[in-house]
Amino acid sequence: MTRLPVKKTYKLFVGGEFPRSESGRTYEAEGQNVARASRKDVRDAVKAARAAQPKWAGATAYNRGQVLYRLAEMVEARAGEFAELSTGREEVERAIDRGSSNPVAGPYFNFTVPEPTGVVAVLAPEEPPLLGLVSRLIPPVVGGNSVVAVASETRPLAAIELAEAVATSDVPGGVINILTGYRRELGPVLASHMDVNALDLAGADGDSPELERLAAENVKRVVHGRADVQSPWEIASFLELKTVWHPIGQ
Amino acid sequence: MAQAPALPGGFELPLEPRLPRIGSVDAVALEERAASLAKRSIKKDAKVWALQLAIRCTDLTTLEGADTPGKVAALCSKAIRPDPSDAHVPSVAAVCVYPNLVPVAVDRLRGTGIHVASVATGFPSGQYPTDIKIADARRAVEAGADEIDMVIDRGAFLSGRYAKVYDEIVKVKEAVGDAHLKVILETGELGTYDNVRRASLLAMAAGADFIKTSTGKVNPAATLPVALCMLEAIRDVHEETGRLVGFKPAGGVRAAKQAIQHLVLVNETVGPDWLTPELYRIGASSLLNDILMQLRKEKTGAYQSPDYFTLD
Repeated sequence: MTRLPVKKTYKLFVGGEFPRSESGRTYEAEGQNVARASRKDVRDAVKAARAAQPKWAGATAYNRGQVLYRLAEMVEARAGEFAELSTGREEVERAIDRGSSNPVAGPYFNFTVPEPTGVVAVLAPEEPPLLGLVSRLIPPVVGGNSVVAVASETRPLAAIELAEAVATSDVPGGVINILTGYRRELGPVLASHMDVNALDLAGADGDSPELERLAAENVKRVVHGRADVQSPWEIASFLELKTVWHPIGQ
Repeated sequence: MAQAPALPGGFELPLEPRLPRIGSVDAVALEERAASLAKRSIKKDAKVWALQLAIRCTDLTTLEGADTPGKVAALCSKAIRPDPSDAHVPSVAAVCVYPNLVPVAVDRLRGTGIHVASVATGFPSGQYPTDIKIADARRAVEAGADEIDMVIDRGAFLSGRYAKVYDEIVKVKEAVGDAHLKVILETGELGTYDNVRRASLLAMAAGADFIKTSTGKVNPAATLPVALCMLEAIRDVHEETGRLVGFKPAGGVRAAKQAIQHLVLVNETVGPDWLTPELYRIGASSLLNDILMQLRKEKTGAYQSPDYFTLD
Protein backbone atom coordinates (compact mmCIF):
# COMPACT_ATOMS: atom_id res chain seq x y z
CA MET A 1 0.00 0.00 0.00
CA THR A 2 1.37 3.43 -0.85
CA ARG A 3 1.61 5.91 1.92
CA LEU A 4 1.17 9.65 1.56
CA PRO A 5 4.16 11.19 3.34
CA VAL A 6 3.49 13.94 5.90
CA LYS A 7 5.62 16.88 4.82
CA LYS A 8 6.96 19.45 7.23
CA THR A 9 5.96 23.10 7.04
CA TYR A 10 8.99 25.25 7.83
CA LYS A 11 7.77 28.04 10.07
CA LEU A 12 9.07 30.75 12.35
CA PHE A 13 9.71 30.33 16.07
CA VAL A 14 8.26 33.20 18.12
CA GLY A 15 7.26 33.22 21.77
CA GLY A 16 7.54 29.43 22.05
CA GLU A 17 5.17 28.88 19.14
CA PHE A 18 5.62 28.10 15.46
CA PRO A 19 3.62 30.68 13.49
CA ARG A 20 3.74 31.20 9.75
CA SER A 21 4.85 34.66 8.70
CA GLU A 22 2.01 37.12 9.34
CA SER A 23 2.55 38.19 5.72
CA GLY A 24 1.88 34.66 4.48
CA ARG A 25 5.06 34.80 2.40
CA THR A 26 7.56 32.02 1.87
CA TYR A 27 10.81 31.72 -0.03
CA GLU A 28 12.67 28.74 -1.38
CA ALA A 29 15.79 27.56 0.36
CA GLU A 30 17.45 24.15 0.33
CA GLY A 31 14.63 22.88 -1.85
CA GLN A 32 11.95 23.74 0.70
CA ASN A 33 9.46 26.55 1.10
CA VAL A 34 10.48 28.40 4.22
CA ALA A 35 8.56 31.17 5.98
CA ARG A 36 9.73 34.64 4.93
CA ALA A 37 9.37 36.84 7.98
CA SER A 38 8.12 40.43 7.67
CA ARG A 39 8.76 43.51 9.78
CA LYS A 40 5.64 42.71 11.77
CA ASP A 41 7.05 39.29 12.60
CA VAL A 42 10.14 41.11 13.87
CA ARG A 43 7.89 43.32 15.98
CA ASP A 44 6.07 40.30 17.41
CA ALA A 45 9.32 38.47 18.10
CA VAL A 46 10.82 41.45 19.94
CA LYS A 47 7.63 41.78 21.94
CA ALA A 48 7.81 38.11 22.93
CA ALA A 49 11.49 38.45 23.78
CA ARG A 50 10.89 41.54 25.90
CA ALA A 51 8.08 39.82 27.79
CA ALA A 52 10.19 36.74 28.51
CA GLN A 53 13.42 38.52 29.43
CA PRO A 54 12.89 39.68 33.05
CA LYS A 55 11.93 36.22 34.30
CA TRP A 56 14.81 34.59 32.43
CA ALA A 57 17.24 37.16 33.80
CA GLY A 58 15.83 36.56 37.27
CA ALA A 59 16.51 32.83 37.11
CA THR A 60 19.71 31.81 38.83
CA ALA A 61 22.69 31.18 36.61
CA TYR A 62 22.62 27.63 37.93
CA ASN A 63 19.04 27.20 36.77
CA ARG A 64 19.77 28.72 33.38
CA GLY A 65 22.65 26.31 33.08
CA GLN A 66 20.35 23.40 33.82
CA VAL A 67 17.83 24.57 31.26
CA LEU A 68 20.47 24.96 28.60
CA TYR A 69 21.84 21.58 29.47
CA ARG A 70 18.38 20.22 28.82
CA LEU A 71 18.46 22.02 25.46
CA ALA A 72 21.76 20.32 24.76
CA GLU A 73 20.10 17.01 25.52
CA MET A 74 17.42 17.77 22.98
CA VAL A 75 20.01 18.77 20.42
CA GLU A 76 21.98 15.64 21.22
CA ALA A 77 19.05 13.54 20.16
CA ARG A 78 18.99 15.38 16.86
CA ALA A 79 22.62 16.14 16.16
CA GLY A 80 25.25 14.77 18.49
CA GLU A 81 28.15 17.00 17.54
CA PHE A 82 26.47 20.15 18.85
CA ALA A 83 25.78 18.83 22.33
CA GLU A 84 29.41 19.22 23.18
CA LEU A 85 29.37 22.87 22.31
CA SER A 86 26.27 23.64 24.34
CA THR A 87 27.33 21.82 27.46
CA GLY A 88 30.75 23.43 27.19
CA ARG A 89 29.11 26.84 27.34
CA GLU A 90 26.95 25.73 30.21
CA GLU A 91 30.09 25.00 32.18
CA VAL A 92 31.71 28.35 31.58
CA GLU A 93 28.63 30.42 32.22
CA ARG A 94 28.47 29.24 35.83
CA ALA A 95 31.95 30.52 36.28
CA ILE A 96 31.35 33.92 34.77
CA ASP A 97 27.79 34.72 35.75
CA ARG A 98 28.56 35.36 39.37
CA GLY A 99 29.41 38.55 41.15
CA SER A 100 33.09 39.03 41.91
CA SER A 101 34.81 41.34 44.33
CA ASN A 102 37.69 43.43 43.09
CA PRO A 103 40.83 44.40 45.00
CA VAL A 104 40.80 48.15 45.64
CA ALA A 105 43.51 50.36 47.15
CA GLY A 106 41.45 52.41 49.59
CA PRO A 107 38.84 52.14 52.33
CA TYR A 108 36.26 50.88 49.90
CA PHE A 109 34.66 47.61 49.14
CA ASN A 110 34.14 47.24 45.45
CA PHE A 111 32.28 44.55 43.61
CA THR A 112 31.06 43.99 40.11
CA VAL A 113 27.84 42.30 39.10
CA PRO A 114 27.16 41.22 35.54
CA GLU A 115 23.65 42.04 34.38
CA PRO A 116 22.06 41.04 31.11
CA THR A 117 21.73 43.72 28.44
CA GLY A 118 18.10 42.87 27.63
CA VAL A 119 16.79 41.89 24.22
CA VAL A 120 19.56 40.89 21.81
CA ALA A 121 19.09 40.73 18.04
CA VAL A 122 21.35 38.27 16.25
CA LEU A 123 22.01 38.15 12.52
CA ALA A 124 23.41 34.64 12.31
CA PRO A 125 26.23 33.92 9.88
CA GLU A 126 25.38 32.26 6.58
CA GLU A 127 27.85 29.44 7.21
CA PRO A 128 28.00 27.14 9.05
CA PRO A 129 24.21 27.16 9.39
CA LEU A 130 23.83 25.44 12.75
CA LEU A 131 27.13 26.00 14.49
CA GLY A 132 27.13 29.65 13.43
CA LEU A 133 23.66 30.20 14.86
CA VAL A 134 24.36 28.31 18.08
CA SER A 135 27.64 30.16 18.58
CA ARG A 136 25.91 33.52 18.36
CA LEU A 137 22.63 32.52 20.03
CA ILE A 138 23.69 30.73 23.19
CA PRO A 139 26.16 33.25 24.75
CA PRO A 140 23.57 36.02 25.19
CA VAL A 141 21.00 33.49 26.40
CA VAL A 142 23.45 32.15 28.97
CA GLY A 143 23.89 35.66 30.33
CA GLY A 144 20.15 36.13 30.90
CA ASN A 145 19.26 37.99 27.73
CA SER A 146 16.45 37.01 25.40
CA VAL A 147 17.25 36.72 21.72
CA VAL A 148 15.64 37.34 18.35
CA ALA A 149 17.81 35.58 15.78
CA VAL A 150 17.64 35.75 12.01
CA ALA A 151 18.76 32.41 10.62
CA SER A 152 21.07 31.77 7.69
CA GLU A 153 19.17 32.94 4.63
CA THR A 154 20.41 30.29 2.22
CA ARG A 155 20.45 27.39 4.69
CA PRO A 156 17.69 27.99 7.25
CA LEU A 157 16.59 24.39 7.84
CA ALA A 158 19.11 23.70 10.58
CA ALA A 159 17.84 26.76 12.47
CA ILE A 160 14.28 25.48 12.28
CA GLU A 161 15.49 22.12 13.49
CA LEU A 162 17.16 23.91 16.40
CA ALA A 163 13.92 25.78 17.13
CA GLU A 164 12.16 22.45 17.45
CA ALA A 165 14.79 21.32 19.93
CA VAL A 166 14.36 24.58 21.88
CA ALA A 167 10.59 24.11 21.95
CA THR A 168 10.93 20.66 23.48
CA SER A 169 13.52 21.77 26.03
CA ASP A 170 12.79 23.79 29.16
CA VAL A 171 13.79 27.13 27.67
CA PRO A 172 10.81 29.41 28.42
CA GLY A 173 8.81 30.58 25.40
CA GLY A 174 10.08 33.90 24.08
CA VAL A 175 13.65 33.62 25.40
CA ILE A 176 14.79 32.28 22.03
CA ASN A 177 13.02 33.43 18.88
CA ILE A 178 14.17 32.42 15.43
CA LEU A 179 13.08 34.10 12.21
CA THR A 180 13.77 32.94 8.68
CA GLY A 181 13.70 35.29 5.72
CA TYR A 182 15.75 37.92 3.91
CA ARG A 183 18.44 39.45 6.09
CA ARG A 184 18.49 42.61 3.99
CA GLU A 185 14.82 43.06 4.88
CA LEU A 186 14.89 42.07 8.54
CA GLY A 187 18.27 43.50 9.57
CA PRO A 188 17.33 47.20 9.37
CA VAL A 189 14.07 46.60 11.25
CA LEU A 190 15.95 44.96 14.10
CA ALA A 191 18.75 47.51 14.03
CA SER A 192 16.31 50.43 14.26
CA HIS A 193 13.96 48.81 16.78
CA MET A 194 14.08 50.94 19.92
CA ASP A 195 13.24 48.00 22.18
CA VAL A 196 16.28 45.98 21.12
CA ASN A 197 19.28 46.56 23.39
CA ALA A 198 22.09 44.81 21.57
CA LEU A 199 22.84 43.71 18.04
CA ASP A 200 25.15 40.94 16.87
CA LEU A 201 26.16 41.58 13.28
CA ALA A 202 27.90 38.24 12.71
CA GLY A 203 26.02 37.67 9.46
CA ALA A 204 25.62 41.24 8.28
CA ASP A 205 28.44 41.21 5.72
CA GLY A 206 28.58 44.49 3.82
CA ASP A 207 25.52 45.96 5.51
CA SER A 208 27.27 46.56 8.81
CA PRO A 209 27.86 50.33 8.52
CA GLU A 210 24.22 51.05 7.73
CA LEU A 211 23.01 48.72 10.49
CA GLU A 212 25.39 50.30 12.99
CA ARG A 213 24.10 53.72 12.03
CA LEU A 214 20.52 52.59 12.70
CA ALA A 215 21.56 50.94 15.96
CA ALA A 216 23.06 54.22 17.16
CA GLU A 217 19.60 55.77 17.58
CA ASN A 218 19.12 54.11 20.97
CA VAL A 219 22.81 53.35 21.50
CA LYS A 220 22.54 49.62 21.07
CA ARG A 221 25.50 47.55 22.06
CA VAL A 222 26.87 46.35 18.72
CA VAL A 223 28.91 43.15 18.53
CA HIS A 224 30.66 41.76 15.48
CA GLY A 225 30.50 38.11 16.41
CA ARG A 226 32.49 35.33 14.78
CA ALA A 227 30.83 32.17 13.56
CA ASP A 228 32.98 29.49 15.16
CA VAL A 229 34.27 30.95 18.38
CA GLN A 230 33.88 29.39 21.81
CA SER A 231 34.95 31.47 24.77
CA PRO A 232 33.42 32.82 27.99
CA TRP A 233 34.18 36.32 26.68
CA GLU A 234 31.40 35.79 24.18
CA ILE A 235 29.01 35.83 27.12
CA ALA A 236 30.54 39.01 28.53
CA SER A 237 29.84 40.76 25.23
CA PHE A 238 26.16 40.85 26.21
CA LEU A 239 26.54 41.67 29.89
CA GLU A 240 26.58 45.05 31.55
CA LEU A 241 29.17 44.98 34.29
CA LYS A 242 27.81 47.13 37.07
CA THR A 243 30.36 48.10 39.68
CA VAL A 244 29.36 49.26 43.13
CA TRP A 245 31.70 51.20 45.43
CA HIS A 246 30.91 50.93 49.07
CA PRO A 247 32.77 52.87 51.78
CA ILE A 248 34.14 50.80 54.63
CA GLY A 249 34.27 51.73 58.31
CA GLN A 250 32.22 54.94 58.27
CA MET B 1 -39.87 60.00 42.11
CA ALA B 2 -37.83 63.04 41.31
CA GLN B 3 -38.68 65.18 38.34
CA ALA B 4 -36.74 64.14 35.26
CA PRO B 5 -35.29 66.74 32.94
CA ALA B 6 -37.50 67.53 29.99
CA LEU B 7 -37.10 64.96 27.26
CA PRO B 8 -38.26 65.12 23.68
CA GLY B 9 -41.47 63.26 22.84
CA GLY B 10 -41.58 59.51 22.73
CA PHE B 11 -39.12 59.07 25.52
CA GLU B 12 -40.80 60.64 28.51
CA LEU B 13 -41.72 59.06 31.81
CA PRO B 14 -42.68 56.67 33.09
CA LEU B 15 -40.00 54.28 32.08
CA GLU B 16 -41.37 51.09 33.57
CA PRO B 17 -44.11 50.54 30.97
CA ARG B 18 -41.51 51.04 28.28
CA LEU B 19 -39.19 48.33 29.48
CA PRO B 20 -40.97 45.40 27.82
CA ARG B 21 -40.80 47.29 24.53
CA ILE B 22 -37.07 47.88 24.77
CA GLY B 23 -36.57 44.54 23.11
CA SER B 24 -33.80 42.04 23.42
CA VAL B 25 -30.37 41.95 21.85
CA ASP B 26 -29.32 39.33 19.33
CA ALA B 27 -26.08 38.37 21.06
CA VAL B 28 -24.69 36.26 18.21
CA ALA B 29 -25.27 38.93 15.60
CA LEU B 30 -23.91 41.63 17.91
CA GLU B 31 -20.66 39.79 18.54
CA GLU B 32 -20.34 38.88 14.88
CA ARG B 33 -20.78 42.47 13.76
CA ALA B 34 -18.38 43.81 16.37
CA ALA B 35 -15.79 41.24 15.30
CA SER B 36 -16.22 42.02 11.61
CA LEU B 37 -15.88 45.77 12.17
CA ALA B 38 -12.69 45.11 14.14
CA LYS B 39 -11.08 43.70 11.00
CA ARG B 40 -10.88 47.02 9.17
CA SER B 41 -7.35 47.87 8.13
CA ILE B 42 -6.48 51.46 8.99
CA LYS B 43 -2.99 52.41 7.85
CA LYS B 44 -0.62 55.34 7.32
CA ASP B 45 -2.32 58.76 7.11
CA ALA B 46 -5.69 57.41 8.20
CA LYS B 47 -4.02 55.72 11.14
CA VAL B 48 -2.28 58.91 12.22
CA TRP B 49 -5.56 60.81 11.91
CA ALA B 50 -7.40 58.18 13.95
CA LEU B 51 -4.70 58.09 16.63
CA GLN B 52 -4.69 61.87 16.99
CA LEU B 53 -8.48 61.80 17.25
CA ALA B 54 -8.20 59.10 19.90
CA ILE B 55 -5.86 61.34 21.90
CA ARG B 56 -8.22 64.31 21.57
CA CYS B 57 -11.02 62.05 22.86
CA THR B 58 -9.05 60.58 25.76
CA ASP B 59 -10.04 60.99 29.38
CA LEU B 60 -6.61 60.49 30.92
CA THR B 61 -7.42 58.62 34.09
CA THR B 62 -5.83 57.72 37.38
CA LEU B 63 -8.10 56.06 39.93
CA GLU B 64 -5.85 54.39 42.45
CA GLY B 65 -5.92 54.44 46.20
CA ALA B 66 -2.27 55.50 46.00
CA ASP B 67 -2.93 58.63 43.92
CA THR B 68 -1.13 61.67 45.30
CA PRO B 69 -1.20 65.37 44.33
CA GLY B 70 2.21 64.86 42.76
CA LYS B 71 1.02 62.03 40.58
CA VAL B 72 -2.03 63.96 39.46
CA ALA B 73 0.14 66.99 38.68
CA ALA B 74 2.38 64.81 36.52
CA LEU B 75 -0.66 63.36 34.81
CA CYS B 76 -1.94 66.87 34.06
CA SER B 77 1.37 67.82 32.46
CA LYS B 78 1.09 64.76 30.30
CA ALA B 79 -2.52 65.62 29.44
CA ILE B 80 -1.44 69.04 28.15
CA ARG B 81 1.57 67.84 26.15
CA PRO B 82 1.37 64.06 25.75
CA ASP B 83 4.58 63.97 23.72
CA PRO B 84 6.85 66.92 24.54
CA SER B 85 9.05 66.10 21.56
CA ASP B 86 6.25 66.39 19.00
CA ALA B 87 4.10 69.52 18.73
CA HIS B 88 1.68 67.75 16.39
CA VAL B 89 0.39 65.57 19.20
CA PRO B 90 -2.78 67.20 20.59
CA SER B 91 -3.86 67.54 24.21
CA VAL B 92 -6.31 65.06 25.68
CA ALA B 93 -9.96 65.90 26.37
CA ALA B 94 -10.01 65.58 30.14
CA VAL B 95 -8.25 64.32 33.21
CA CYS B 96 -10.28 61.95 35.36
CA VAL B 97 -9.49 61.65 39.09
CA TYR B 98 -11.05 60.99 42.48
CA PRO B 99 -12.90 63.93 44.12
CA ASN B 100 -10.12 64.64 46.61
CA LEU B 101 -7.68 65.32 43.80
CA VAL B 102 -9.96 67.53 41.73
CA PRO B 103 -8.49 70.80 43.13
CA VAL B 104 -4.98 69.73 42.08
CA ALA B 105 -6.13 68.96 38.56
CA VAL B 106 -8.18 72.18 38.33
CA ASP B 107 -5.16 74.17 39.40
CA ARG B 108 -2.86 72.53 36.88
CA LEU B 109 -5.24 72.64 33.94
CA ARG B 110 -6.54 76.19 34.33
CA GLY B 111 -6.60 77.94 30.96
CA THR B 112 -5.72 74.87 28.93
CA GLY B 113 -9.24 73.94 27.85
CA ILE B 114 -8.78 70.45 29.26
CA HIS B 115 -11.75 69.36 31.32
CA VAL B 116 -11.52 67.98 34.83
CA ALA B 117 -13.65 64.90 35.37
CA SER B 118 -14.27 63.36 38.75
CA VAL B 119 -15.75 60.01 39.59
CA ALA B 120 -18.45 60.24 42.23
CA THR B 121 -21.50 58.60 43.82
CA GLY B 122 -19.59 55.98 45.74
CA PHE B 123 -17.27 54.94 42.94
CA PRO B 124 -16.66 52.17 42.03
CA SER B 125 -19.41 50.09 43.71
CA GLY B 126 -22.22 52.61 44.05
CA GLN B 127 -23.40 50.70 47.11
CA TYR B 128 -23.96 53.74 49.35
CA PRO B 129 -27.04 55.63 50.58
CA THR B 130 -28.52 57.93 47.98
CA ASP B 131 -27.97 61.15 49.93
CA ILE B 132 -24.29 60.38 50.35
CA LYS B 133 -23.93 59.72 46.63
CA ILE B 134 -25.62 62.99 45.80
CA ALA B 135 -23.43 64.86 48.26
CA ASP B 136 -20.38 63.14 46.77
CA ALA B 137 -21.25 64.38 43.28
CA ARG B 138 -22.13 67.89 44.50
CA ARG B 139 -18.86 68.23 46.40
CA ALA B 140 -16.87 67.16 43.33
CA VAL B 141 -18.54 69.89 41.29
CA GLU B 142 -17.93 72.44 44.06
CA ALA B 143 -14.27 71.45 44.02
CA GLY B 144 -14.14 72.42 40.37
CA ALA B 145 -14.92 69.32 38.33
CA ASP B 146 -16.92 70.13 35.22
CA GLU B 147 -17.59 66.50 34.35
CA ILE B 148 -18.94 63.88 36.74
CA ASP B 149 -18.59 60.16 36.12
CA MET B 150 -21.24 58.53 38.30
CA VAL B 151 -21.83 54.83 38.83
CA ILE B 152 -25.25 53.22 38.83
CA ASP B 153 -26.34 50.99 41.68
CA ARG B 154 -25.87 47.60 40.03
CA GLY B 155 -27.30 45.83 43.05
CA ALA B 156 -30.57 47.67 42.56
CA PHE B 157 -30.52 47.18 38.80
CA LEU B 158 -29.89 43.45 38.97
CA SER B 159 -32.64 42.97 41.56
CA GLY B 160 -35.13 44.70 39.30
CA ARG B 161 -35.38 48.00 41.20
CA TYR B 162 -34.98 50.07 38.05
CA ALA B 163 -36.86 52.99 39.56
CA LYS B 164 -34.18 53.40 42.24
CA VAL B 165 -31.43 53.44 39.64
CA TYR B 166 -33.40 55.89 37.55
CA ASP B 167 -34.19 58.12 40.52
CA GLU B 168 -30.59 58.33 41.57
CA ILE B 169 -29.43 59.36 38.12
CA VAL B 170 -32.10 62.06 38.01
CA LYS B 171 -31.14 63.36 41.45
CA VAL B 172 -27.42 63.37 40.68
CA LYS B 173 -28.12 65.15 37.42
CA GLU B 174 -29.94 67.85 39.40
CA ALA B 175 -27.16 68.05 41.94
CA VAL B 176 -24.35 68.53 39.42
CA GLY B 177 -26.16 71.27 37.55
CA ASP B 178 -24.29 72.32 34.42
CA ALA B 179 -21.53 69.77 34.85
CA HIS B 180 -21.44 67.06 32.24
CA LEU B 181 -22.87 63.81 33.60
CA LYS B 182 -21.43 60.50 32.47
CA VAL B 183 -23.25 57.43 33.77
CA ILE B 184 -21.15 54.31 34.28
CA LEU B 185 -23.14 51.12 33.75
CA GLU B 186 -20.33 48.70 34.72
CA THR B 187 -21.34 46.32 31.97
CA GLY B 188 -19.03 43.60 33.28
CA GLU B 189 -21.42 43.18 36.19
CA LEU B 190 -24.67 43.37 34.23
CA GLY B 191 -24.33 39.87 32.81
CA THR B 192 -26.23 40.07 29.54
CA TYR B 193 -26.42 42.34 26.51
CA ASP B 194 -30.15 42.69 27.22
CA ASN B 195 -29.26 44.23 30.57
CA VAL B 196 -26.66 46.48 28.95
CA ARG B 197 -29.23 47.78 26.50
CA ARG B 198 -31.83 48.23 29.23
CA ALA B 199 -29.40 50.08 31.50
CA SER B 200 -28.24 52.26 28.58
CA LEU B 201 -31.79 53.34 27.75
CA LEU B 202 -32.59 53.84 31.41
CA ALA B 203 -29.57 56.07 31.94
CA MET B 204 -30.30 58.12 28.83
CA ALA B 205 -33.95 58.52 29.81
CA ALA B 206 -32.85 59.72 33.24
CA GLY B 207 -30.77 62.48 31.71
CA ALA B 208 -27.25 61.14 31.14
CA ASP B 209 -25.12 63.30 28.87
CA PHE B 210 -22.80 60.35 28.31
CA ILE B 211 -23.10 56.66 28.97
CA LYS B 212 -19.90 54.91 29.94
CA THR B 213 -19.15 51.19 29.93
CA SER B 214 -17.10 50.55 33.02
CA THR B 215 -15.26 51.70 36.09
CA GLY B 216 -12.07 49.99 35.01
CA LYS B 217 -12.12 47.98 38.24
CA VAL B 218 -14.03 44.99 36.82
CA ASN B 219 -13.20 42.54 34.06
CA PRO B 220 -14.48 42.35 31.36
CA ALA B 221 -14.77 46.07 30.75
CA ALA B 222 -15.11 47.90 27.43
CA THR B 223 -15.34 44.97 25.04
CA LEU B 224 -16.27 45.69 21.43
CA PRO B 225 -19.68 43.92 21.53
CA VAL B 226 -20.69 45.83 24.66
CA ALA B 227 -19.61 49.08 23.05
CA LEU B 228 -21.63 48.23 19.94
CA CYS B 229 -24.67 47.38 22.07
CA MET B 230 -24.53 50.74 23.86
CA LEU B 231 -23.89 52.64 20.63
CA GLU B 232 -26.97 51.02 19.09
CA ALA B 233 -29.01 52.18 22.09
CA ILE B 234 -27.62 55.70 21.59
CA ARG B 235 -28.50 55.50 17.90
CA ASP B 236 -32.04 54.36 18.72
CA VAL B 237 -32.55 57.22 21.16
CA HIS B 238 -31.22 59.66 18.59
CA GLU B 239 -33.54 58.32 15.90
CA GLU B 240 -36.53 58.42 18.22
CA THR B 241 -35.94 61.73 19.95
CA GLY B 242 -33.18 63.58 18.11
CA ARG B 243 -31.19 63.73 21.33
CA LEU B 244 -27.39 63.36 21.10
CA VAL B 245 -25.98 61.25 23.92
CA GLY B 246 -22.24 60.69 24.18
CA PHE B 247 -20.41 57.42 24.65
CA LYS B 248 -17.34 56.54 26.65
CA PRO B 249 -15.72 53.11 26.61
CA ALA B 250 -13.39 52.75 29.58
CA GLY B 251 -11.27 49.96 30.94
CA GLY B 252 -9.44 47.32 28.94
CA VAL B 253 -8.57 49.62 26.02
CA ARG B 254 -4.79 49.48 26.26
CA ALA B 255 -3.55 49.25 22.68
CA ALA B 256 -3.71 51.83 19.91
CA LYS B 257 -5.19 49.16 17.66
CA GLN B 258 -8.11 48.65 20.06
CA ALA B 259 -8.75 52.39 20.17
CA ILE B 260 -8.98 52.46 16.37
CA GLN B 261 -11.39 49.52 16.44
CA HIS B 262 -13.59 51.46 18.85
CA LEU B 263 -13.50 54.51 16.58
CA VAL B 264 -14.55 52.36 13.63
CA LEU B 265 -17.45 51.06 15.69
CA VAL B 266 -18.61 54.61 16.45
CA ASN B 267 -18.29 55.72 12.85
CA GLU B 268 -20.26 52.75 11.56
CA THR B 269 -22.98 52.78 14.21
CA VAL B 270 -23.83 56.39 15.06
CA GLY B 271 -21.85 58.10 12.33
CA PRO B 272 -19.01 60.62 12.08
CA ASP B 273 -20.97 63.25 14.05
CA TRP B 274 -19.94 61.35 17.14
CA LEU B 275 -16.22 61.44 16.33
CA THR B 276 -15.62 64.47 18.52
CA PRO B 277 -14.63 64.90 22.19
CA GLU B 278 -18.06 66.47 22.82
CA LEU B 279 -19.74 63.13 22.13
CA TYR B 280 -17.04 60.53 22.41
CA ARG B 281 -14.42 59.79 25.02
CA ILE B 282 -12.09 56.92 25.74
CA GLY B 283 -11.26 56.34 29.38
CA ALA B 284 -7.64 55.28 29.50
CA SER B 285 -4.34 55.43 31.29
CA SER B 286 -1.88 53.06 29.63
CA LEU B 287 -3.51 53.52 26.19
CA LEU B 288 -1.97 56.96 25.72
CA ASN B 289 1.61 55.69 25.76
CA ASP B 290 0.84 53.03 23.21
CA ILE B 291 -0.72 55.65 20.92
CA LEU B 292 2.34 57.88 21.34
CA MET B 293 4.59 54.95 20.46
CA GLN B 294 2.54 54.23 17.36
CA LEU B 295 2.60 57.87 16.28
CA ARG B 296 6.36 58.05 16.69
CA LYS B 297 6.72 54.79 14.80
CA GLU B 298 4.75 56.29 11.91
CA LYS B 299 7.00 59.34 12.06
CA THR B 300 10.40 57.64 12.33
CA GLY B 301 9.70 54.25 10.77
CA ALA B 302 11.28 52.46 13.72
CA TYR B 303 9.43 50.35 16.25
CA GLN B 304 9.44 52.03 19.65
CA SER B 305 10.22 51.01 23.21
CA PRO B 306 8.33 51.92 26.39
CA ASP B 307 11.73 52.87 27.84
CA TYR B 308 11.52 56.20 26.05
CA PHE B 309 8.06 57.23 27.21
CA THR B 310 6.98 58.48 30.61
CA LEU B 311 5.68 56.15 33.25
CA ASP B 312 2.17 57.08 34.35
